[in-house]
Amino acid sequence: MDELTTVFVTESREQLAAMEEALLQLEANPEDSDLINAVFRPAHTIKGGAGVIECNFIVAFTHVAENALDKLRNGDIKVSSDLVAVLLGCCDHIGNLLSVLEAGAAEPDEDLRAEGDSLLSRLQRDWLDAKEEAPAASVQPNRPPVEKVDDVQASGGGLVETDFWHISLRFGAGVLRNGMDPISFLRYLSTLGQIVHIETIPDAMPSAEEMDPEACYLGFEIKFKSDADKAAIEAVFDFVRDECTLHILPPNSKLADYIALLQALPENTMRLGEILVKIGALTQAELDDGLKQQHAVPPEEGGEEASPPPPLGEILIEQKVVQPELVEAAVIKQKQVSEKKAAEARLIRIQADKLDRLIDLVGELVIAGASTNLLASRAGLSDLNEATSLLNRLVEQIRDSALQLRMVQIGETFNRFQRVVRDVSKELGKDIELTIAGGETELDKSVVEKIGDPLMHLVRNAMDHGIESAEVRQAKGKSPRGRLSLNAYHDSGSIVIDVADDGGGLNRDKILKKAVEKGLVQAGVHLSDQEIANLIFEPGFSTVDKVSNLSGRGVGMDVVKRNIQGLRGRVEVHSEEGHGTRFSIRLPLTLAIIDGFLVGADRASYVIPLDMVVECLELQAHATSSGERNYLNLRGEVLPFIRLRDLFEIPGEPPKRENVVVVKAAGQKAGIVVDTLLGEFQTVIKPLGQLFRHLRGIGGSTILGSGDVALILDVQALAQIAIGREERSLAAPSSVNTPRISQV
Amino acid sequence: MSTGTHRVTILDDLTIYNALTQKAAFMEALGQCRDLEIDLSHVGEVDTAGFQLLLLTKREAALQNKTARIVAHSPAVRELLDFFNMAAFFGDPLVIPAREQG
Repeated sequence: MDELTTVFVTESREQLAAMEEALLQLEANPEDSDLINAVFRPAHTIKGGAGVIECNFIVAFTHVAENALDKLRNGDIKVSSDLVAVLLGCCDHIGNLLSVLEAGAAEPDEDLRAEGDSLLSRLQRDWLDAKEEAPAASVQPNRPPVEKVDDVQASGGGLVETDFWHISLRFGAGVLRNGMDPISFLRYLSTLGQIVHIETIPDAMPSAEEMDPEACYLGFEIKFKSDADKAAIEAVFDFVRDECTLHILPPNSKLADYIALLQALPENTMRLGEILVKIGALTQAELDDGLKQQHAVPPEEGGEEASPPPPLGEILIEQKVVQPELVEAAVIKQKQVSEKKAAEARLIRIQADKLDRLIDLVGELVIAGASTNLLASRAGLSDLNEATSLLNRLVEQIRDSALQLRMVQIGETFNRFQRVVRDVSKELGKDIELTIAGGETELDKSVVEKIGDPLMHLVRNAMDHGIESAEVRQAKGKSPRGRLSLNAYHDSGSIVIDVADDGGGLNRDKILKKAVEKGLVQAGVHLSDQEIANLIFEPGFSTVDKVSNLSGRGVGMDVVKRNIQGLRGRVEVHSEEGHGTRFSIRLPLTLAIIDGFLVGADRASYVIPLDMVVECLELQAHATSSGERNYLNLRGEVLPFIRLRDLFEIPGEPPKRENVVVVKAAGQKAGIVVDTLLGEFQTVIKPLGQLFRHLRGIGGSTILGSGDVALILDVQALAQIAIGREERSLAAPSSVNTPRISQV
Repeated sequence: MSTGTHRVTILDDLTIYNALTQKAAFMEALGQCRDLEIDLSHVGEVDTAGFQLLLLTKREAALQNKTARIVAHSPAVRELLDFFNMAAFFGDPLVIPAREQG
């Protein structure tokens, strides 16, 4: 496959994606003409591009699709969901045809062709033929008669002494909006010959208030030197023929023709005359002469009388339909070249493993930097200290930019779901609307790649089992249209992706019953709502019975959970019966290096991710309540806390003054009581071995500058332990004490 | 604020995609001063819509007895003005059109 074809395939796939997106939006807003244009443009571009690389089967197919879109644009046919469905089918088919091209086959195989034909015949039958007879006839437009200039008789008076073509152009207001830029045509024109002189006529531009910046007001008078014949020059503008006024005067045209031209143009005759003189089409004497003649004879007759047999026949070019491929091809080719250049300037493709290697190295650099820092501060040399602190800052910046290299927006992943939701909801006979928020949220590329499958699972599940059928919804007093939302946002050092629906929610009792049946929980055990909801992630929970027996979901939720945990993330489910379910996927922002906060308990050091630290305060004995309760009063708020010494069973007496690090995880605050606060620390995360996989509360390890190992605390788990303890002690029937906050 | 020199620096492409906002920006800038300097040195791409805006600004300035000057051209802008043979109209210091006559 040559380079041009590769570019065509890549760009056409992008165009198809844009077209698909626009079609989906169009279905929701059928009246939006911008959207119709947004659908039309890609189809058009693809057809043109296919023409350039002479891929006829794509041209043929796209042509009919484009006809339908053109009718849509002109308001001849209306947008309906049937039409959108067929057009989406056309999108898919073009995608398949592109694959054929990519595979290097000369023609699509039988099946594919049959598929294409059936799509086309549907389009033809239901939309194209509906309003107008035989639109297929226009598929092969008539070429205008080619007028050769060779046999022009350059003799006698009345002929203007010039060897150049004169081209007079006035563009319609709509050309820019339709994605056609006059520059492109003029540049293409210059490939046929030489633009000797061009004069830009902006006279049509109205005053500033009325001027529409998206409309085109320009006209051009061009002196053109070329050996091409008239048809070829005309063909340059075929593509905008409907939207521009074009006059072409061949070399050595009669003066009267110029005069007729002056009159045909919208601008003031005198001004135009000057322009013609300026560009050298006429001399001043010829102009004066011509204008005199014109005043002497009434203009209608003037042309005929002054020139008995017009040597070139009709000079004012009639609007004729010519095959647009030629020009279109030129435009696209040009565009491809310039866009490719621009894109190359902005983007560099590099292999992902090179990037990984860089990030590994940066990680080592951070560790080495920390060690240097430590040595410098021990040495107590102020010069050295200064130098290392500068070095440190630079290392930090390098680390941040290295990590930034891997960040991509999640929007593209989200947008794929528009089509999924549309197709699945059709399949299920439900009316479901997808809303997307936070598409600009960035996260690590490798995470984005791996999150697609779990998301797909959750989205399909939500549509299949979460959202009820329209009848059920109406019976429940909800809007018949189900809502599904995808939302991404940053929250204290992690990224959260929510998949929420407004369906029936999880049925607590059924889940509990099922779990007891499966032996996942003991009958009679007291479980919080949250714990019950989390049962759906248990392996084996779903595999046995048909999911539809449950109100909620179940298929493969354990797989979803495992995939997400593989990314060091977690998934939570919040459900409100009758109102819907929300799955929150929480993923770490970066995979390798974080800003940490170093704390000490006894002789060991621990790292808390700095993003999660809200504040630090001294633990005051009187602010805590009596020994058995682990919460304190933080400015009137109940703050559950956990002692690292208790958690890790560190022996010995705590120091007199303990500190509390207030952390926030998953929207909940908790305190971690430590002995000492040691300050910020750049932390390179080293995973713990398989052996420690089941440890709760530890997220990994890191190496300090001194060479010691410090454990990285899994703040979320710790916060849950702290909060969970409180909840359990409250929920337990034995506990009758209501929590009381002791006042300071 | 109706006197003095004001400079606008265009950082985005001068294309139809930005034309609406840029028109407003040009007109506002022109309304605030007598002498508008337009810095186009950062413009990566310019199309007919962008070109029209420059024309409009220039013409509007002349109507209001003000001046609007392009003080720096990016290669793309220079190329386009040259192509349209409009460098003289703008009359701003610029590399002389390289187009050969005849």
